Amino acid sequence: MLDKRMSPDAIVAELADGMTIAIGGWATRRKPMALVRAIARSSLKDLTVIAYGGPDIGILAASGKLRRLIFAFVSMDQIPIEPHFKAARQAGLEVWEMDEGMLHWGMRAAAMQLPFLPTRVGIGTAIAQDPRFRTITSPYDDGEMLIAMPAIKPDVALLHVHRSDEKGNVLTLSTDPFFDELMARAADRTFVTTERLVTTSELSLPDNARYHLVERSLIAGVAEAPFGAHPTSAAPDYQLDLPHLRTYAAAEGDAWADYRARYVEVDEPSYLAAVGGADAIRAIPAPVY
Amino acid sequence: MTDTTATLAELLIAACAEVWRDDPEWLATGITPIPRLGASLAKLTFNPRLMITDAENMLLEEPAPIGPRETSPIAEGWAPYMRTFDNLWGGRRHALVAPVQIDRFGQTNISVIGDHAAPKAALLGARGFPGNSISHPNSFFIPQHGRRSLVAGEVDFVCSAGYNPARWPDGRKPHRLELRRIVTNLCVMDFGGADHAVRLVSLHPGVSIDEVRDNTGFDVELPQGAVPETALPDAGALAVIRRLDPHDIRATLIKGNPPAVHAM
Repeated sequence: MLDKRMSPDAIVAELADGMTIAIGGWATRRKPMALVRAIARSSLKDLTVIAYGGPDIGILAASGKLRRLIFAFVSMDQIPIEPHFKAARQAGLEVWEMDEGMLHWGMRAAAMQLPFLPTRVGIGTAIAQDPRFRTITSPYDDGEMLIAMPAIKPDVALLHVHRSDEKGNVLTLSTDPFFDELMARAADRTFVTTERLVTTSELSLPDNARYHLVERSLIAGVAEAPFGAHPTSAAPDYQLDLPHLRTYAAAEGDAWADYRARYVEVDEPSYLAAVGGADAIRAIPAPVY
Repeated sequence: MTDTTATLAELLIAACAEVWRDDPEWLATGITPIPRLGASLAKLTFNPRLMITDAENMLLEEPAPIGPRETSPIAEGWAPYMRTFDNLWGGRRHALVAPVQIDRFGQTNISVIGDHAAPKAALLGARGFPGNSISHPNSFFIPQHGRRSLVAGEVDFVCSAGYNPARWPDGRKPHRLELRRIVTNLCVMDFGGADHAVRLVSLHPGVSIDEVRDNTGFDVELPQGAVPETALPDAGALAVIRRLDPHDIRATLIKGNPPAVHAM
């Protein structure tokens, strides 16, 4: 009963057209890219995606999977403008844009089962003009007008972690856990891919307690997907693959079909071979920011 | 001692550093290489109280050189994004960021060019600009001073709040809104004019008031008396800059790598 192991494709089979999906990680770091590629290969459509966006958004946009994006940015840091997102946005992709912290706050409200959380973030900007945001006046003596950041609730959260046991006890070992915990708490169901499936004792708790993301009761399924974040990073296991991200970014227009055939329309072992293999990925040096 | 061989990029790094001169012990964030080098220069010369990051998620004891490096810098603290928001919402930060557009109110844009619903060009998205703007002091770096970046009217999509009461709830100024300086390739400005109007602070060597006015989409107020010249970095500052940028990446950041003293 507590064996939550499944394949990446079985996770994608749990998704449905029109769903709202939160994708973990941040820009070029610890994105569940094996799942993103599996969604891109699937017949799913009309997805609303919530993300601190990177190539996850670009691949889904270029594959025609997105109906709407809830976001604060899409960027690949060293390649500031994500060209596939840019093309989709300019071709009319519907967006709900907000500050990074508003997105954080909206997921926290959903995680706390609150209708909203008050914030000053957004005040004085064009974002505050969006009718999806309403204001609230402080009931205390200050009487300040604040934005009532509405709960942002995903149907499903998809995360990539470093280690998991079969029960869904997960560790993220990189130095920044980002907002994956809030995504898991906000979503109805959360599925993870993991670099390695390990025994519970191999999680090395309590030494790794600071890396334990969230209670296992929130994890609905776990799939082993070595290098499942590539070309984004899953440091310390491996770093982001900047040369591959440049190849991906250059695959605009007619070149996208070739990229898709080579790196998306393939199974994960073929993908791993196409990007140079496990040893090559492990040997990628850490980026200098 | 003034070194007249400095490049414009080096002058800009020094001018960026100045924005943090009198800051208390808090986070100095410089986004894009020249502001980042400025924060590092400020910390290593006149303001060691400042905290700086590795541009990822660690606070560093000493600023790291930019570009490839042999050794890892020593971290002194942790700055994951969750904590970055907690810190900035608490107000203990001064950021120097590089928007695509800025207007006379100090409102900035990094989201889109054109109409937000049907953009001519999609850029990054608002990122953390809205929250930064109402939480802690902000300054701005504009490497190409022109009417496309210092725009007439309002920026195309207001990502960060400015001194524009029409956008303030009940007309009340957001209580931590504080815009400090704009550093461009022509001059340094602040918001010290009437009702926080943009005001010239100093002209870079060889730049005229007319050149600034001709290339700015809004009126720029003048200070009392003669307009000072932006200080050239001294030999000590240049030595620190060379140490922070050993591969001379700064020579690639301003087109043509012109000297600090602008040709008349």
